[in-house]
Amino acid sequence: MHPAPFAYKAAHSVEEALELLRSHEDAKILAGGQSLIPALKLRLTQPAMLIDISKISSLRGIRRENGKLIIGSGTTHREIEKSSLVAEASPLLASLAPQIGDVQVRHRGTFGGSLAHADPAGDWPAAALAVDAELVIAGAHGTRTVHASDFFTGMLSTVINADELLTEIRVPGEGTPGIYLKHRNAASGYATVGVAVTATHNHGRIGTVSIAVTGATPVAFRASAAEHALTGHAVSAHLLDEAASHAADGLECLSDIHAPAAYRAQLVKVMVRRALGKLLHA
Amino acid sequence: MAVATPTRAFGASIRRREDPRLITGRGKFTDDIHLANAATAMFVRSPHGHARIVSIDTSAASAHPGVLGVYTFENVKGFISGMPCAWPTTNTGDTLKLATYPPLADGKVRYFGEAVALVVAVDPNTAADAVDLVHVDYDPLPAVINNEAAVAPGAPLIHDSAPGNQAFRWSLVGGDTNGALAHADVRISQTLVNQRLIATPLETRCAVADYNPASGEVTVWVTSQNPHIHRLLIALSTGIPEHKIRVIAGDVGGGFGAKIPYYAGEALCIFASKELGVPVRWSESRSENYVATAHGRDHIQHIEVGATKEGKITALKVTAYASLGAYPSTAAPGVPTWLFGCIIQGPYDIPNNEVHVIGVYTNTTPTDAYRGAGRPEATYMLERVIDLVAAKVGRDPVEVRRLNFVKKDQFPFKVANGTLTYDSGDYELALDQALHTVDYTHLRAWQEEQRAAGKLVGIGFSSYVEICGLGPSSAANAMGFAGGLYDSATIRVHPTGKVTVFTGVHSHGQGHETSFAQIVARDLGLKVDDVDVIHGDTDKVQHGMGTYGSRSAAVGGGALHMAGMKIRAKAQKIAAHLLEVAEEDIEWVDDAFRVKGSPDKAKTIPDCAFAAYMAGNLPAGVTPVLEEQHWYDPENFVFPFGTHICVVEVDRETGETHIKRYVAIDDCGEIINPMLRDGQVHGGIAQGIAQALWEEAVYDENGQLLSGSLMDYAIPKASVMPHLELGHTVTPSPHNPLGVKGIGEAGTIASTPAVVNAVMDALSPLGIHHIDMPLRPAKVWAAIDAASH
Amino acid sequence: MEETHVGISVEVNGRPHRSTVEPRTLLVDYLRDDLGLTGTHIGCDTGQCGACTVIVDGQSVKSCMVLAVQADGAHVRTVEGLAQDGRYHAVQQGFWEKHGLQCGFCTPGFMMQSVQILEDNPDPSDQEIRDALEGNLCRCTGYQNIVEAVKAAGATIRSGAETMALGTGVGA
Repeated sequence: MHPAPFAYKAAHSVEEALELLRSHEDAKILAGGQSLIPALKLRLTQPAMLIDISKISSLRGIRRENGKLIIGSGTTHREIEKSSLVAEASPLLASLAPQIGDVQVRHRGTFGGSLAHADPAGDWPAAALAVDAELVIAGAHGTRTVHASDFFTGMLSTVINADELLTEIRVPGEGTPGIYLKHRNAASGYATVGVAVTATHNHGRIGTVSIAVTGATPVAFRASAAEHALTGHAVSAHLLDEAASHAADGLECLSDIHAPAAYRAQLVKVMVRRALGKLLHA
Repeated sequence: MAVATPTRAFGASIRRREDPRLITGRGKFTDDIHLANAATAMFVRSPHGHARIVSIDTSAASAHPGVLGVYTFENVKGFISGMPCAWPTTNTGDTLKLATYPPLADGKVRYFGEAVALVVAVDPNTAADAVDLVHVDYDPLPAVINNEAAVAPGAPLIHDSAPGNQAFRWSLVGGDTNGALAHADVRISQTLVNQRLIATPLETRCAVADYNPASGEVTVWVTSQNPHIHRLLIALSTGIPEHKIRVIAGDVGGGFGAKIPYYAGEALCIFASKELGVPVRWSESRSENYVATAHGRDHIQHIEVGATKEGKITALKVTAYASLGAYPSTAAPGVPTWLFGCIIQGPYDIPNNEVHVIGVYTNTTPTDAYRGAGRPEATYMLERVIDLVAAKVGRDPVEVRRLNFVKKDQFPFKVANGTLTYDSGDYELALDQALHTVDYTHLRAWQEEQRAAGKLVGIGFSSYVEICGLGPSSAANAMGFAGGLYDSATIRVHPTGKVTVFTGVHSHGQGHETSFAQIVARDLGLKVDDVDVIHGDTDKVQHGMGTYGSRSAAVGGGALHMAGMKIRAKAQKIAAHLLEVAEEDIEWVDDAFRVKGSPDKAKTIPDCAFAAYMAGNLPAGVTPVLEEQHWYDPENFVFPFGTHICVVEVDRETGETHIKRYVAIDDCGEIINPMLRDGQVHGGIAQGIAQALWEEAVYDENGQLLSGSLMDYAIPKASVMPHLELGHTVTPSPHNPLGVKGIGEAGTIASTPAVVNAVMDALSPLGIHHIDMPLRPAKVWAAIDAASH
Repeated sequence: MEETHVGISVEVNGRPHRSTVEPRTLLVDYLRDDLGLTGTHIGCDTGQCGACTVIVDGQSVKSCMVLAVQADGAHVRTVEGLAQDGRYHAVQQGFWEKHGLQCGFCTPGFMMQSVQILEDNPDPSDQEIRDALEGNLCRCTGYQNIVEAVKAAGATIRSGAETMALGTGVGA
């Protein structure tokens, strides 16, 4: 397969990337390329220019500051998977990373690229929502920070403007227990449904719970009603059953040849229940 | 590695001789053939399942820099007007309507992805750009995808030459099925869908054609399982004389049937090379492969069964609607007819059975052989039937199988419809070994415990017999196949005793370069390392029929053994002469001719070869050199068999199936190389499990292929495959020179019903008796959900 | 006006190459068509099959999902570079001895990913091997002997045993 022709520039700083974005119409950012390059090959997208940000070292890396994990947008899935810092500070991210694609894809694909692509079957959007990540977006007039809950605007769309770049993602780093469960599409490896759940409990009582779901609907979402039904209550199997059984209420699920909407709704309920069970031991 | 003497190399698990080049990146697959000045061909393909072509505007593409030519049907029809069908069969009078299969769409497209125009350019990027510049105006027509809908009144007509979209009707009748049905204690009616599959060899198809205008010769590198058949069909369809055509199928990255047919891709590379005077290369993308390379299976079967209250099947009647797709591919009509219908009673003694096949055209990619080809469709049907009968009469499916088996003392066994005579078998032996391997009594007890704990666990069986070693030619001709099904071997012993073997079959993963060397090594008392096996080049190798239908070891190996015996016969005369004894006074012992009673007085094949090439000291009447050839036309097919057992757990909440255990006991007669045999079974089972659980070519109602790439067509990955436990029994074929039967397709044929039967067993407490394949989680969950409401 | 071709420097199997490529050139096409290293194969167009797996700067990647320009300045290892000093790599030997290949088309990709697996962990479990091969498709073997091949290669690496010399026969 052969992409349509495009120009290519490698940026070596965020400023240079932004300048290139501003000065070229119909330019696209190339990060890890694991979604973009297949789309180019199938000519589903035909940009005039690619701006390669993979050589910008400041976009890469994982550190902890003030109790938060700061992850550069160009950090690969594999780097997150192998990070002992992430394992300690964000069990949810550590649980999710090795479930993305395959090793080769994780070597190239990036955290920021996945979030900015906002594929409805992507994995990271669920985690970003569940931990209420803060996404730092750079533009001509400096940076702005957007909460994950405001970041995804629809299928394959986010609040990032055409002349902006996602540079950094900040997530809570207190080691809150979390888990990502994924029902893989047997062909693509993408999430038919993926659920990202964090939960704390103390002496048999649930503290905070967050539940986010990807794959089921055009854009990942937080299952707020289920969270609300759980928060502050005593842990019991019945409570978890009840909360999970409503996790798909009112959803208009996606439907395809692999999974009709009703099946996705079922998976949401089952997987939310199983994730809660693993975290709350009930 | 164990193994030492040549004699013992036969039957030993020696590593493969083809591997050194393949593991060092030095294989030569067709796409690796880079000729100087070669142009790239690409196709403009239909985005519609069925449409009239209003106009094709090639002007922008033609004007694009670097484009060498843009061609439509009108341009190419003088070179090739139709793709030939080599198995134009029917047996019900004049019902065959063989539609013309144009190399490029002729006024109308009849399936999604049908080639409409050919673009040739200086390089792939330019060709791809030019494809986008060809503007085709279509007038979409209603499409028909479902096989029964295609022959229903009022269906969209695909070919004017095939009224009602019917390609043929075909029937076989044995005994009095209607009578037996009328008197049966129990009767079952069931409809089964054997879904459409896509073969998906990891290497897509590819062709490179280099036409020499000065000599009129053309060399075609092509991904083919049968290069001589390709050469013949190229000659017949293009008028290029056969002796001017050299077809080379070097390393081929898997076939599974899809590389048997002769396709427009290779034909049009030849056309373009002739037209442009440069080599032309075409390499299919995967998405293109999914629309342009033949699909497999695609049956709807209506079944009626009659049985005694003990479960003895007295009658079986099958009416199958089989799709040829939009056009008749090379071997397509033979697959759902002879390769399916003859074996309709499988390993069972069912005295009354009949099968009726309606071949239909639909707006889909043409179908052809896919691993097993016809036999999986029969075996799946029959093994589901056995389990349905067992459930109906309340008996263990094992006992119902045993009750119905053809017994050991019934061989040779003629099937009720009279078409086949099974050569040898001991079906209970394989079944018993499988039961022993799984410890059946305990397994059922375990199942009861699991069920009591709320788990959905199931045990599935599949017993099978298949038709392998295609031909004999007389049978093939009688079945309407336009070719013989013999095969060939040449053994050239060089002066130093090293050997080059030329075989008419083709290896694309089977390992013939090793297993065939093992045959020759044993026959001639040589080391395997001293025997090279050449295949896949029509200028090097004598005519042969290629590889499919698990025929290579049985027919190609048989030919090789016979040629080896000719070498031995000639060498024996030379040995006797050199040893100065009468021929009757020497014997072949321990890899040499030895004087009876004085075994130290010996001559080896290399000794004889050297003498044969020196030629000055040969016995009277013996010609120089040591080279022999044999064409072997088998007297019968061979009939491998076996039993597979699958144990599954179904997740009640998600519908996911987990294979807990998989045991396969296969009998392919004598085994040349157990490691290669096991490899064939492993891969076969993977494909069969995949049909049961995941794979399906899905079209929408307009004929769009929705499962058009590996993003949507799920071939199995390492993480979902269970560890397979293999075993075997050995029941040699009494008529095959090597006693071998063939193993390439057994795993695929047996495994699909074993898995489905296991899932149905797991779901049986819920009152679920059948779900059509593939048993994807969503479908299984929906059935569980429906059953619980 | 943007340039239609870009100069790149890539070291492949220890040998430096300077080339000029269109930006749209995929790394796999660069390796196969420009450098003539046809051991790396193309089995799909959507990034599923892994036949094109090579190692770029120590990490396995699918070379059909990397642009050649992105490999500018990189060190690339392909199947052609596995054997060293006249001896097979342990992974090649494992695939040979355990019948880890049939048609051999997917094999270079599997071997390169297996090299990665064993460089990450020379003693992986069966399940770890299967999971780490998620990005490689084989249609011939059912994967069982591939798993055995990787295990055998791991054992060879752990033992430090010398591998077979190139040119070794099958010994029978």
